[in-house]
Amino acid sequence: MDNYILELRGVSKTFPGVRALDNVRFDLRPGEIHSIMGENGAGKSTFIKIITGVYIPDEGEMLFNGKPVTIQGTNDSQKLGIAAIYQHVTSYPDLSVTENIFIGHEIISKRTKRLLWNQMHAKAKDLLEQLGASFDPKIRMGTLSVAQQQIVEIAKALSVHAKVIIMDEPTAALSNRESEELYRITKKLRDDGVAVIFISHRMEDFERLADRVTVLRDAQYIGTWDKEEMDHDRLVMAMVGREITQMFPKREVTIKKEIFRVEGLGRHGVFKDISFTLHQGEILALTGLVGAGRTEVCESIYGITPFDEGSLWLNGKHITIGHPHEALAKGIGYLPEDRLGQGLILDWELYKNVTLPVLDKFSQNGVLDTHSERERTKEIIELLAVKATSVFDKAATLSGGNQQKLIVAKLLTADLKVIILDEPTKGVDVGAKTAIFNIMGDLAQRGYGIIMVSSEMVEVLGVSDRTVVMKEGRIAAIFETAKTTQEQILRAALGTSEEGLDA
Amino acid sequence: MLNLRRNLLLRAERFRDFGLLVFIIVLSLVIQVRNPTFLTLSNINTLLVNASILSILAVGMMMVLIIRGIDLSIGSTIALSGMVSALTVSLYPTIHPVLSILEGVLVGAVVGTIIGLLVSKFNVLPIIATMGMMNIVRGLTFLVSGGKWISAYQMSVPFKKIATGSILGINTLIFIAVVIYIIFYYFINHTRTGRQIYAVGSNPEAAKVSGIPKTRIIWMVYIFMGALAGLAGVLWVSRFASAQGDTAVGYEMGVIAACVLGGISLAGGSGKISGLILGVILFGILNNALPLINVSPFWQQGIQGAVILAAIIINVLVKRSNERMALRHRVV
Repeated sequence: MDNYILELRGVSKTFPGVRALDNVRFDLRPGEIHSIMGENGAGKSTFIKIITGVYIPDEGEMLFNGKPVTIQGTNDSQKLGIAAIYQHVTSYPDLSVTENIFIGHEIISKRTKRLLWNQMHAKAKDLLEQLGASFDPKIRMGTLSVAQQQIVEIAKALSVHAKVIIMDEPTAALSNRESEELYRITKKLRDDGVAVIFISHRMEDFERLADRVTVLRDAQYIGTWDKEEMDHDRLVMAMVGREITQMFPKREVTIKKEIFRVEGLGRHGVFKDISFTLHQGEILALTGLVGAGRTEVCESIYGITPFDEGSLWLNGKHITIGHPHEALAKGIGYLPEDRLGQGLILDWELYKNVTLPVLDKFSQNGVLDTHSERERTKEIIELLAVKATSVFDKAATLSGGNQQKLIVAKLLTADLKVIILDEPTKGVDVGAKTAIFNIMGDLAQRGYGIIMVSSEMVEVLGVSDRTVVMKEGRIAAIFETAKTTQEQILRAALGTSEEGLDA
Repeated sequence: MLNLRRNLLLRAERFRDFGLLVFIIVLSLVIQVRNPTFLTLSNINTLLVNASILSILAVGMMMVLIIRGIDLSIGSTIALSGMVSALTVSLYPTIHPVLSILEGVLVGAVVGTIIGLLVSKFNVLPIIATMGMMNIVRGLTFLVSGGKWISAYQMSVPFKKIATGSILGINTLIFIAVVIYIIFYYFINHTRTGRQIYAVGSNPEAAKVSGIPKTRIIWMVYIFMGALAGLAGVLWVSRFASAQGDTAVGYEMGVIAACVLGGISLAGGSGKISGLILGVILFGILNNALPLINVSPFWQQGIQGAVILAAIIINVLVKRSNERMALRHRVV
């Protein structure tokens, strides 16, 4: 029974400031579908990247067919017969299906070194037929649906005779019918003796497919179970596991009247029926699994990508927002998640970054008052304890946490009523986190309404007044944070409960 | 405590301008040794007059490059605006020169408005939009003139005086160029809109999130470019006392080259008026001095190309070392 094809023992990986995997073990049998589950940030991605050779582990050993191996790069893992299929397919949309399947291992005539297209097309057609797909291998990859592209990726894995296939959230972008198709193919692979590692948030995937499941939590190995041993509740317990200790003391703020309301917001194919209210002094957490549509909702409210249906109400008045400058003018500010891409101009001085959204306030008749720009920046970055030598420092010279504070500083210079913070503590250390939460507490006290997108349960439970849980583009539940538990939130995010919607 | 004064070390990028200045001085001295007429007042005057039209265009092109654009149509715009203003003068010889200038500026601004619309609203790539307009506007020039030239005898004396006269003892062309530089120096460094232009070019996403009306900014920059090209068209025709269908064919490349010499990145977001002035002067010297020291015309183009390539390589090296320096100064 114990002839494992792949075995990991005591594998650890540390990034600066983060223990991404801590002494994790794992074993995989040929001809099984092994599900990996865990919350956001539990270490699933790091785990896969170690198996595929993207990351090299700091400690621990890996055995392939019982023999110790070192995987130093993706080439090594490919040679062993490990292939990965990602949610966002990493293909070449302008090349044909055949070219995508055979890229890197083309069939070449030994004598003339010519590419043997006919053989490759035939082989590709063969592989696709094995997988029950009927499309022509000569068509362009980009014309296929996501589901079809995944089938091509699987065919590619089969073309190199992969023995281990990793599927990372493959069903996230698929419709139900397409998921059925993927289940069928995955089971067929298993029956043909391929070992499949299946990573997914969806309970249904686990129920329909898995033979065994391994749960990770906080970078640690929690356990491996046969499917028969596990049900919903036990699985959620394993994923959550701990009681949250109050790490970030919540500021006592009296919540006043409603300031902002979202009614029936929707964007075609992205999210639908999003309704919630926000009060002065309130911190509203917006949570859910990665890909649930939280960031998209915020970007629509702020006017980056306009919504198709629904309405926004500020102080009881209906407002329309078609562009961020309209949102800012009405008093709605946004701290983007992608802070390097959207938040800062890295080769600009700090003061220019800070005043960019509010140049009106620092200019008269269109002429800038640089002196007051610098004075104000100095005040505000001293208030936030940004570590810098002068207001002329380039934003690129700051560390990640300080850059994050600088973006918060940008928001503080504007006259805002509603502040949307998308993952405000992503990638910052504990000290900076506490500082950011203190600022949020101050802002709430001063009567701002705050929407905080967060994947971190600790933050959601520790900081917010109410929690909106999203699942697959819709609101799954709204909770009074003080009266809820991490389990309830996770249940709602995974879609295994209907409770809490009345709050 | 934070400084409110600029730290000297962080001025590293200024060294580039300084290096360019040193290069220009050394080059001038070398040329001077070979041909002593180079640094005479009259030759310097000729050099500056020749460079002034190019330098006016370079200001507009600098802004276009900053917002990650490019404008290939300006040679055609020069021809059209010059032709239209010359036609008007030939029909109404009493028209005031200032009106002629305004007419040319207006023609250019209309062309710029169309380009700006295409680029900012319809998301046409700038190189495509301006290449298309380059051909359309060139065709229009031939259409309005019926393929004929407007020659010196058809132009009024005041019109020809625009380029040959002088204000406060300075040639009018140089005077206009200097005024343009002062205006745009102030505009781009000290106004809200100027700051927003740099923001759109440096990081369009961040600019959008910061609430900057990107579309409007891009559109405006192309209108400025068109208007400056229109102005240049009138000056050109006045200076050469001749308006032709094929005026200024390919002139845009010289303008872009001068910008590149001046340290303006085609990747957008960076470029300064101070660097631009040096770039224009260097370009002017290459044009003016190579014939003076008897460099064969066959070699001149090659030498110009080599200098431009060298400038780009130096740019990249300076940028790299700046980035490294910035990291070294990171406060942790």
